[in-house]
Amino acid sequence: MPGLVHVSTTINGNPTDFLCEPRQSLLEVLRDVLGMTGTKEGCNDGNCGACTVVFDGRIVTSCLVLGVEAQDKEITTIEGVATPEGLHPVQQAFLENAALQCGICTPGFIVATKALLDREPDADEGRIRHWLAGNLCRCTGYDKIVRAVLDAEDKMKA
Amino acid sequence: MASNIVLSEVEYNVVGKRHLRPDGVDKVTGRAQYGADVQLTGLLQGKVLRSPHAHALIKSIDTSAAETFPGVHAVVTAADLPFASLSREELGGEYQRLKLASNHVLASDKALFKGHPIAAVAAESQHVAEEAARLIRVEYEVLPPAMTVRQAMESDAPLLHEDLFTSELGELSDKPSNVASHMAFETGDLDEGLKQADVVLEREFETASVHQGYIEPHNSTAFCNTDGQLNIWCSTQGPFVVRTSVADILRHPVSRVKVTPMEIGGGFGGKITAYLEPIAALLSRKSGRPVKVLMTRTEVFEASGPAPGTWMKVKLGVTSEGKITAADIFLAFEAGAFPGSPVMQGAACALACYDVPNARINGYDVVVNKPKTAAYRAPGSPQAAFAVESVIDEICEQMGMDPVEFRLRNASREGVRRVEGPIFRRIGLVECLEAARNHDHYKAPLEGPNRGRGVAAGFWFNRGFQSAVNISVNPDGTVNLIEGSVDIGGSRASIAQQAAETLGIAYEDVKPTVVDTDSIGYTMVTGGSRTTFATGWAAIEAAEDVKTQMVERAARIWDTPVEDVQYIDGVLSHKSDPELRMTFRELARQLLGTGGGITGASNVDPTGEGNGFGVHIVDVEVDPDTGKTTILRYTAVQDAGKAIHPSYVEGQMQGGVVQGIGWALNEEYFFNDQGQMMNSSFLDYRMPTALDLPMIDTVIVEVANPGHPYGVRGVGEVPIVPPLAAIGSAISHAVGRRIDRLPANPGAVLEALS
Amino acid sequence: MEAIEFTTPKTIDEAVQAMASKGDRARALAGGTDLLVQLRGGRRSADLVVDLKEVPELNEISYSPGSGLTIGAATPCYRLYANADVAANYPGLVDSASLIGSIQIQGRASFGGNLCNSAPSADAIPPMIALGAVANIIGPSGSRQVPVEDFCTGPGRNVLEPGELLVSINIPAPAANSGANYLRFIPRNEMDIAVAGVGSAVVLDASGQNFVSARIALASVAPTPVFCKAAGDSLAGKAVSDEAIEEAARLAMEDAKPITDMRGTIRQRIHLVGVLTRRTLNNAIKRARGEE
Ligand SMILES: Cc1cc2nc3c(=O)[nH]c(=O)nc-3n(C[C@H](O)[C@H](O)[C@H](O)COP(=O)(O)OP(=O)(O)OC[C@H]3O[C@@H](n4cnc5c(N)ncnc54)[C@H](O)[C@@H]3O)c2cc1C
Ligand code: FES
Ligand code: FES
Repeated sequence: MPGLVHVSTTINGNPTDFLCEPRQSLLEVLRDVLGMTGTKEGCNDGNCGACTVVFDGRIVTSCLVLGVEAQDKEITTIEGVATPEGLHPVQQAFLENAALQCGICTPGFIVATKALLDREPDADEGRIRHWLAGNLCRCTGYDKIVRAVLDAEDKMKA
Repeated sequence: MASNIVLSEVEYNVVGKRHLRPDGVDKVTGRAQYGADVQLTGLLQGKVLRSPHAHALIKSIDTSAAETFPGVHAVVTAADLPFASLSREELGGEYQRLKLASNHVLASDKALFKGHPIAAVAAESQHVAEEAARLIRVEYEVLPPAMTVRQAMESDAPLLHEDLFTSELGELSDKPSNVASHMAFETGDLDEGLKQADVVLEREFETASVHQGYIEPHNSTAFCNTDGQLNIWCSTQGPFVVRTSVADILRHPVSRVKVTPMEIGGGFGGKITAYLEPIAALLSRKSGRPVKVLMTRTEVFEASGPAPGTWMKVKLGVTSEGKITAADIFLAFEAGAFPGSPVMQGAACALACYDVPNARINGYDVVVNKPKTAAYRAPGSPQAAFAVESVIDEICEQMGMDPVEFRLRNASREGVRRVEGPIFRRIGLVECLEAARNHDHYKAPLEGPNRGRGVAAGFWFNRGFQSAVNISVNPDGTVNLIEGSVDIGGSRASIAQQAAETLGIAYEDVKPTVVDTDSIGYTMVTGGSRTTFATGWAAIEAAEDVKTQMVERAARIWDTPVEDVQYIDGVLSHKSDPELRMTFRELARQLLGTGGGITGASNVDPTGEGNGFGVHIVDVEVDPDTGKTTILRYTAVQDAGKAIHPSYVEGQMQGGVVQGIGWALNEEYFFNDQGQMMNSSFLDYRMPTALDLPMIDTVIVEVANPGHPYGVRGVGEVPIVPPLAAIGSAISHAVGRRIDRLPANPGAVLEALS
Repeated sequence: MEAIEFTTPKTIDEAVQAMASKGDRARALAGGTDLLVQLRGGRRSADLVVDLKEVPELNEISYSPGSGLTIGAATPCYRLYANADVAANYPGLVDSASLIGSIQIQGRASFGGNLCNSAPSADAIPPMIALGAVANIIGPSGSRQVPVEDFCTGPGRNVLEPGELLVSINIPAPAANSGANYLRFIPRNEMDIAVAGVGSAVVLDASGQNFVSARIALASVAPTPVFCKAAGDSLAGKAVSDEAIEEAARLAMEDAKPITDMRGTIRQRIHLVGVLTRRTLNNAIKRARGEE
């Protein structure tokens, strides 16, 4: 295809090279070029947070980042949250607290929650709701998600 | 913090426990495969070209430039659909089902809503498909649209369908109209009932169109092989419904269509209609390649099925003792571009909470130039409840009666006949009202200015219908459970729990899998609050079948008559010889050497569905300067019959409540005067975020459904019924003006205040 | 989305050259939270996208009590509220930086992008106007400065000529006894576009009882952000009082020329300007007095 750009980046700790068109978003690159479909699309315009990834230390909506912007960056996606040893405490807490129903929002919530707790291990309910306001969930009404985050805080301290 | 209370009557070993869902690890790690994740060799991407006009004649479509665009493999229009060009005469009784369904998929002569599909392209990439779709030239003759139910019912309204004649109480009228049908329910003697009343109150209400708002957009991938085998992978609540629709619309043998339901990112009733599947199939048939078609978020809003906007009138007569004597109700629901609003359900639900001796309900199904409505959680019931419950609230206010007490005096209970005919079996409305009255939320006084409390009740039938389950026994004593019910919110767990309970084995020993339409018997949609009830029933029957065969096998091994073998709590034993005893696991290990494996199977169509009721309490505060409402506290009480998995029951209740909060406060389809939706993004549609809400407290009441072995009633739909009315009443109390239109957004509340 | 080319200049010169090479077919990219949505939706088109995030001057925040605050045009919101100087001296900017979009959006969205996108509803612009901010612009024919209140010329339009770039925004150091606040009204609590927004900045005298000067600016009530000169000036020299604030609010309401659309009606928006002007002035006064 004409106009493909070569990009070198690091995804979940792995040096990764890919080719993409400049118009392709990071979300498209992750899903369609790299086959990493854990990152979800709900709106493609920054409003649902399903596509949340960590991009150079900050959470962003990957639908509003171009794939070519990934050059020399560090990216963490949902696929990089669990370890070979097991689930991350945030994932475990979501599972145990029934914080997912359909699960389409879940990768985005988990990536965003982990980023919060890495920074603010004692975030209270208000702060959690504020931090997660960019992640829409239509199934749960957020109650069990907020409880899962609070539970994850305990788990991470234990 | 009061939180989640379960008022349980019967305890079981597995049922009623909060087990981890079997698909959970895949879903928290991003491994679960949803529809948009499907990858196939040679996959093309599709793009649908949609009408920019709400109402227009299609004069011509020129696809030539798109066809020759580099990277394009196929272009399709309605001309590729077999039924599109046939008339009512040619199709007879099949007219509505086929021609309209076909026109809904791809418009033929007329575009009936903005977003109506006109053509579609399959190309090497999404971007190329988009570019090519823009090259299709469509000549329209733009017509004035009919955008609201009130406007569409006017005699001089623009007509959507020249050949649509009102079905007037069952008789077809002879003049074309936007009113697709007028139905009525009547009981007792309305005039007499009104005469008996001491207070008669009549009010009028309107609600806007709203969307289910599932986070995953519609998607569909199809591959039609040269031998005619059509495979579809999609996000649907009903793979068998999709199979039937695709077979009908494409005139393809149903046995040659296989639908594989992928994981689904929410549906709430909106993922039953086959929007993209026939298009993907046509594109695949033409290109010879697999084709994936995705909707954007804007397409989801503009072209899938919202819940209807409504216009309603309710007149209630009540005695001074607070007994309802009469109800006269008018419901006019927008169907969208094609007939089929849930006005009938709305009418049947409107008075279901109460024992009303004299009533008349008229319902109108009206087409308008909006996307065709689809089911949305308890379709029709939330709107009807908004109207009826608001009038009850106002009557209670006028009479100085406690709203829970008033409802208890009139509550439906066993033996009461509903206005559309059926007589209630054992139901739990009274128990829910009592639980609400006893809840500390209700007992706590609400203090402070600009605050108000609202209470409302709600009803949904809950459904039965067909389900199938196969259970096969593994040599290690576990079982594989095969089902056709798509899992949208933990149903694998609740089905597996019922199988485990029946078999007397551990929950972890049941491994449920949802399979395609070739691999299991007919299973109706995940919807109608039926899955835990009906597919659960199928699991119980399949498990019973396994038990019977296990008993037979034990009898054969022990060389004893079958009647001497019993199966209790997962242990097979001889009724009189204590030496002869085997656990399920021990027998499982021996199966292959003693006659082969065992598979239990069931196909069920249970009719013992248990009707569901809920009662909600909400406290709000309204900022008098801005009109903005804050939800301070919310408690939902509901009869689940038996909560198989209490966490997922609570989740249904909380999710439904929050959708109801969005519906009541901010969500709406906002159209300009050309009928174009102006807020077709999440940004402007304004669904609640985590920051807009408090915790949602729940009380699960368990009044066992006599029609199910574990007492299950459905739970998914009831919770969206009361919030509209509860919040409307709460705001009314906070601001001292009745709320009779939804959404009660800040602008509307400010208007009401000024 | 149509095909684009992409380039990442490392210096201002390279950036200016890249922009000039395609004239009005080149678009600058800061956080992309407006640009990518618009390119995708067909509301804007471009042949070349020039990423500004590698140009040092466009990504710096610097503060000195003498020259005030300079915000590189592409600096994302989170770096503003995470910056100690900004947090200490410009709470009015922090108000705005911490309510734009979501945490995810704030990880990318810049004040420069907010200004150059020139939406009537832009939340970063009223507080910048209230604080007397100046835009530093560079282009093929050199540099120039434009006060932020003169920057926007219509919905999505501004004074930038094809090929010109916004380099940074300069905001004077806060005067003694000054305070500022930005509030917007939205139906939800986050993730929403302002129905109306008001930024107010006040300077009080040493007693904290009298206004020395004030500046007020509005969002979402006209084709551009509105600088309400008369409303601010009406406070200068007056004692702090409800009447003075009420009068300023009335004047601000006079400057509002909103339309009715899906986000609000004319009546509602004018009313909200009054409410928010009162609230922001009171908050700014509290901050000026060190009460908050
Ligand atoms: C989900 C969501 C929520 C949002 N919420 C808000 C909100 O609450 N309030 C609000 O005000 N906005 C909001 N926005 C809009 C947007 O985030 C802001 O306007 C943001 O500040 C834009 O900054 P950016 O860096 O992303 O700009 P970009 O998108 O990178 O650029 C915006 C425009 O400015 C041009 N441009 C950028 N930098 C320069 C420069 N240095 N010189 C010349 N031209 C330049 C670009 O070419 C483009 O036309 C939201 C957007 C999204 C997607
Ligand atoms: S898909 Fe990126 S925010 Fe919704
Ligand atoms: S679990 Fe379905 S959207 Fe969150």
